[in-house]
Amino acid sequence: MLNIKNLEAIIDNKHILKGLNLDIKPGEVHAIMGPNGSGKSTLANVLSGKNGYEIKGDIKYNGESLSELSTEERAQKGIFLAFQYPLEIPGVNTNTFLRTSVNSVRKAQGEKELDTLTFLKLIKEKASELGIDEKFLSRQLNVGFSGGEKKKNEILQMKLLQPKLSILDETDSGLDIDALRIVADGVNSYKNKENAFLIITHYQRLLDYIKPDYVHVLSNGKIIKTGNADLGVQLEKTGYSNIV
Amino acid sequence: MKTEDLKNIKDYKYGFTTDVENIRSPKGLSEETIRFISNIKKEPEWMLEWRLKAFNRLKVLKEPDWQKPKYPKINYQDLYYYSAPKSASENPKSLDEIDPKILETYKKLGIPLVEQKRLNGIAVDAVFDSVSVATTFKDELTKKGIIFCSISEAIQKHPELVKKYLGSVIPLSDHYFATLNSAVFTDGSFVYIPPNTKCPMELSTYFRINASETGQFERTLIIADKGSYVSYLEGCTAPMRDENQLHAANVELIALDDAEIKYSTVQNWYPGDEKGVGGIYNFVTKRGACRGKNSKISWTQVETGSAITWKYPSCILQGDNSVGEFYSIAITNNFQKADTGTKMIHLGKNTKSKIISKGISAGNADNMYRGLVEIKNKAINSRNYTQCDSLLMGNKCGAHTIPYIKNNNATSTIEHEATTTKINEEQLYYCNQRGLDQEEAVSLIVNGFCKEVLQQLPMEFAVEAQKLVAISLEGSVG
Repeated sequence: MLNIKNLEAIIDNKHILKGLNLDIKPGEVHAIMGPNGSGKSTLANVLSGKNGYEIKGDIKYNGESLSELSTEERAQKGIFLAFQYPLEIPGVNTNTFLRTSVNSVRKAQGEKELDTLTFLKLIKEKASELGIDEKFLSRQLNVGFSGGEKKKNEILQMKLLQPKLSILDETDSGLDIDALRIVADGVNSYKNKENAFLIITHYQRLLDYIKPDYVHVLSNGKIIKTGNADLGVQLEKTGYSNIV
Repeated sequence: MKTEDLKNIKDYKYGFTTDVENIRSPKGLSEETIRFISNIKKEPEWMLEWRLKAFNRLKVLKEPDWQKPKYPKINYQDLYYYSAPKSASENPKSLDEIDPKILETYKKLGIPLVEQKRLNGIAVDAVFDSVSVATTFKDELTKKGIIFCSISEAIQKHPELVKKYLGSVIPLSDHYFATLNSAVFTDGSFVYIPPNTKCPMELSTYFRINASETGQFERTLIIADKGSYVSYLEGCTAPMRDENQLHAANVELIALDDAEIKYSTVQNWYPGDEKGVGGIYNFVTKRGACRGKNSKISWTQVETGSAITWKYPSCILQGDNSVGEFYSIAITNNFQKADTGTKMIHLGKNTKSKIISKGISAGNADNMYRGLVEIKNKAINSRNYTQCDSLLMGNKCGAHTIPYIKNNNATSTIEHEATTTKINEEQLYYCNQRGLDQEEAVSLIVNGFCKEVLQQLPMEFAVEAQKLVAISLEGSVG
C-alpha cells in the first residue's frame, strides 16, 4: 500500500528526515516510536502533503507517486491524518464540517453525496459508538473542546471517512486512561484486512490497547530499528538511550 | 477595453446588459435636469420645490474627502441623472405591459416578477436604472393597510406621508452626496406599515443599474407606525463596464413607538475587474430614526461588490429604551476598497446599541471599519457593545479599524472589541486533509468567521449570501 524509499525532508534549511525507508501492506499496523525531534510528526506531515517541505526520495501509495498529489487529493484517495493538535475553526458547526468533508471525499471517489438526513443518521451511529454526545456535533469545530474531545473527534472523522491508510500523530498524548481506551477501541473496531495504520507515539501505553504488527524506532531522521510488538514493551523499560 | 470584451473575463454572473431603448434626461447636473426628472415623474409642485431647494444647497456644499479610498474627481456634468427604458416610463404598469426584455433581465438575476413564479413570501419592488418597473404582491399587502410601492407612486398617492417623513432623518442639507440625492433622486421604494401590524412577508427591492454613463440615485423611505414590524431586504447588481458608475442612495427609516424595522442589504454591484478597472462607486447614506419609545432598528449588510463602498448605516436612538443594531460583512478583493461602519447616536434613556462588523480583505484590497458611538448626556443608562473583526488573506491587502467613541454621561457604558487575523494556513491544511479543496476550505472558514452576521439575514437570503461570500473570494488563496 505504502512504499517509502530514501525519503528526505528539509524545512527552513533543516534536514529532518534523512533517508527513511518503510513499507506498509494492507491490514498491517505499524507503530513509529522515537525521542522528541526525531522526525515523527514530519513524517506524518510529509505523507499527508503539508506545504513547506523540500522532499527527496520516493513515496508510492498504491503504486502512485504521492509527490504529484495535493493534500486534498491524498485525503480523497484514502490517506487520513489524525492531528496531534486538531485545529479550531470558529463559527463552523462540527456537523457541517464533517458532512462537507465526507461529501468532498465521496464526490472525488465518484460516489453519491449524502443528503442531510442520511448523513445525520450515519454520524449519530458513529458518534454513539465512540460515546460522543450528540450535542457535541452542533458545537463549533473543536472550539472549546477538551483535549480528549478533540482526539475523539479525530477518530470520529476517521470512522466517517473510512480511509485506507490512517496516520495517528500522537493521538494518545493528553488523553486520560478512559479516553485512551475509547480511542483505541475506535481504531480496533475500524481495523480490517483492507486498511492499514501508522501510529506515531512516544509511549508504549497506546500499544497496550492497539497491538502493532511492527514497531519502528525513528532517530535522527532514520528508522534505526524495527521489531514486533515486544520492541515497544522493551523500549518502555530501557528508554531510547540504549539503542539510539 | 470595450464592455463586450470585459464580459468574458470573469465570472461576475450579473455583468450582462439589457438592450432596451432609453429615455434620458439632458446630460449634466442643472435645474433643467431636475425639472425634467420632476416632470417625467408627474410630481406635484411641492416636490419640485423641495428638489430645487436641495439643488441650491448643493451649490455651496463641498464633496467630502476625508475617506480612506480616494477616487478620481467625478465630472458631474458628464453624467445622466435619469435613464429609464422607454417602455417603463409611462407608469403605472401592469405586469403584462412590462417589456419582456426587462422581465427576462430579472429572471436572469433570479428575481422572477411574473405571477406564477414569484418568490414565496417575498414581495419585490424592481428598480431598473431610474424607475421602478414592477412591485409584486401589492394587493395582498394593501388588504392589511400596508403600502409598498415605488417612491414615485407614493409621492403622487400618499403625499401626506411623504411630506411628513421625507428628509426627516436625512435633512436636505446633510452632506454633499445626500443633498445631491435629494435634488435628483429618481426611484426607490416606499413602505408604510400601519399601527399594530406585522408585515406578513419579506419586502424587498432589487436595484439594477443597466444604462451606461448614468448615475443611480435611489431613494427609499420606510415608516413603521406604532407597534408594527417589517423586514426589508435590498439586492443590487450592475453590468460589467470599464467606467466607474455612481450609485448615491438615500435610505431613511422611521420607527415609532414599539415598532421594529429590520433592514438587510446584499450588495453585489459590479466590483471592477482584477486590475481595478471599472466598478460602482457605492456612496450611500442610510439612516434610521428610532423615534418612538421601545422601538428597534436593525441594519444587516453583506457588502461584496462595488469598486468603492462608502457608507455608514446609522441609528438615531431618540425614543427611550430604543435599540439600534448593525451587523456587517464587508468583503473586498482585488482592488476593491471599503470604508464602512455605522453611527449610533444615543439620545433617549436606556438606549442600547450593538455593532458586529466582519471585514474580509484579499488581493490588493483595503477594508476600513469606521464607526461612531455617541451617548449624549441625557441618554442615561445606555449601553453599546462593538465588536470589529478583520480577516486578511494574503499579504498585499489592508484592514483598518477606526472607532470614534463619545460618552457624555457616567451611567452609560461602551465596550469595544477588535481583532485582526490572517487566514490560518494550519486551518486550511486541516480542511485540505479532510478532502476539501482550497476554495471549499476558504469558503468554510470565511463563512464561519461571518456567521454571527449571516445568521441575522432572513432565511431565504442567508444561503444565497453564503454562496456570494464564497464567490467573492474565489481565487484569492492559491
